[in-house]
Amino acid sequence: MRFYSIAVYLFLYVPIGIIILFSFNSGRHASDFQGLSLKWYGKALSNPFVLEALTSSLIIAFSAALLSSIMGTTAALALQRMKGPVKALFDGLIYVSIMIPGIVIGIATLIALVTVFDLMNPLLASLWPEGEKPLRLSLGYASVIAAHTLFTMSLVILLVRARIEGMDRSLIEASQDLYATPAQTFRLITLPQIFPAILAGFLLSFTFSFDDFIISFFVAGPNTTLPIYVFSSIRRGITPEVNAIGTMVLGVSLFLLVAVQLLLRSKNKQKTNIVASNSSGE
Amino acid sequence: MYQISNIPHGSTYVSTLKDPSLVADIEFKDVTKLYGDVRAVDGMSLTIERGSFFSFLGPSGCGKTTSLRLIAGFEHPTQGGVFIGGKSVIGVPPHKRPVNMVFQHYALFPHMTVAENIGYGLRQRTPRPSKPEMARQIDEMLEMVQMSGFRSRRVWEMSGGQQQRVALARALINRPTVLLLDEPLAALDRKLRRDMQIELQTLQRDVGITFILVTHDQEEALSMSDRICIMRDGKIAQSGSPQDLYDRPVNRYVADFVGKTNFISGNVSRVNGTAVSIISERGQEFSANPSAGTQPFNVGGHANIAVRPELIVIGASTASTEDMHTDVALKGRIKNQIFLGEHTEYLVATDGIGDVLVLSPKHMEHSNGGFAPGDTVTIGWKNERALALVD
Repeated sequence: MRFYSIAVYLFLYVPIGIIILFSFNSGRHASDFQGLSLKWYGKALSNPFVLEALTSSLIIAFSAALLSSIMGTTAALALQRMKGPVKALFDGLIYVSIMIPGIVIGIATLIALVTVFDLMNPLLASLWPEGEKPLRLSLGYASVIAAHTLFTMSLVILLVRARIEGMDRSLIEASQDLYATPAQTFRLITLPQIFPAILAGFLLSFTFSFDDFIISFFVAGPNTTLPIYVFSSIRRGITPEVNAIGTMVLGVSLFLLVAVQLLLRSKNKQKTNIVASNSSGE
Repeated sequence: MYQISNIPHGSTYVSTLKDPSLVADIEFKDVTKLYGDVRAVDGMSLTIERGSFFSFLGPSGCGKTTSLRLIAGFEHPTQGGVFIGGKSVIGVPPHKRPVNMVFQHYALFPHMTVAENIGYGLRQRTPRPSKPEMARQIDEMLEMVQMSGFRSRRVWEMSGGQQQRVALARALINRPTVLLLDEPLAALDRKLRRDMQIELQTLQRDVGITFILVTHDQEEALSMSDRICIMRDGKIAQSGSPQDLYDRPVNRYVADFVGKTNFISGNVSRVNGTAVSIISERGQEFSANPSAGTQPFNVGGHANIAVRPELIVIGASTASTEDMHTDVALKGRIKNQIFLGEHTEYLVATDGIGDVLVLSPKHMEHSNGGFAPGDTVTIGWKNERALALVD
């Protein structure tokens, strides 16, 4: 067993380690290590195509994360109040939307969007005032953001739901008892209590969106995100520049994931402390 | 021991009770609360007097917490009416009710300091008091619960007893007409619980507002309350003063719940105005005063005779009813003896009615020399001091 588990871990992490190592390669070729250097990082960060793709990725990831945190939180709050088969149905759908392969979401979203565009564009053109260029719907930032929001929202719902369920229900009642209206209770008690989960959901959504290739590839239209750029440049051969980009993406993702873990854990700790002190005397 | 109620001289803590225009009692009129098919509260009617210390007592699932939550507004009755200060509160949400609650696990807001927790109710007031005014009231409350140094502490940095005081201050700062307490002492250890019981009682007398306590601890209810309502399956089993419930329980359930009691069960053999006789399972006849319950005793029906341990006299094995000045004399053997200081508690195994608990005061121990486990003894009591009860 031990041997196999070591083998599995090696298989998983050695390629990643090699990418990181070779991103510091001073030589021209990705497979020929010639010494440590940061020059490929410099090259990557001064490449206008990389910067453009990075900007797109950041805009998309930020927007998708923001949208899914807002919509996911409201959905989680609503779901928590639901009961019976409707709740079970929505719960199921949340898991399904996480499990559905990215390629299916990509194709489905593409087909849906294109169909809608084909319907809407002639309509918009006919409604538009004479002499002006009519608005034409097309694939772009909005479509990638929409597709990413679609599946990252489920992550937010799951995280926020877990937090709401773990939350002491009597805090809400205490707030009501102390004359707070439902809106005040939400703002002063519920929101601060679930905020770590919302933030964790935001960061996780950001990571997922930032790293996503498949869905973006289908619905990005003329835009190039960082993963799409990496993919297309690999067709011209693996360069240390690609390794440097990969390492940077990995670094950002790992940083965000650690942040998520810390957020979710710090709150739990606080809670156990309260419980512990409840049962102890003076 | 510390004192929780340390109302400073010249304090502005004046309960709304002192304003005679406000009526602060609680009334339930035929209240029923259903959860699905479960009748959590079943046709309950009761009145809680202004300024009293009232307890709902009963085992878990008897409807006592639901009753409290009906007053707070967290639950709404399926049928019947709830009145606070003479006004119906049906449809009134919790944040519009003039009552405040101390929750079982205090429900202090973990993301706020002690002062922010205590000031929470004031913040929601319209018009909101000025900052210095709020700070002044918070300080006054902190002083009252002897927590002055804890203003900016975090909730989780405090012990259970300290959290309890903050929870009390957070409720009392709003000067509610009624303070609801949902098993507030359950999470504390025994010694602290005793101290807090005394403190709560003193506090209630000092601030003069109605306290409504929910508890499953009969000792707690008996020692603190002016009136107790013992609940059973969503109904009131008996309501009255602690003395009433102890001395004049209406049925076996109440007698069993309040204090320790010995029961002899059997079938009723004779009933007259002043005495009920039953034949025990071993065929012995015992007589007792009938209880003031609503259910009548029927000859042939099932009934119990209850004898409190302190009403039983213990004597040497040769003692007769004349020697002990009792109506009953039963032979038995001491199974167990617990020394309690002022009293000694014996568990006596008898042939006729099984194990009997006897509480023997110190002066009796001196006169009869005391007994040890294994000794053969005679126990007895006067019929007029025993109580016949329905189940």
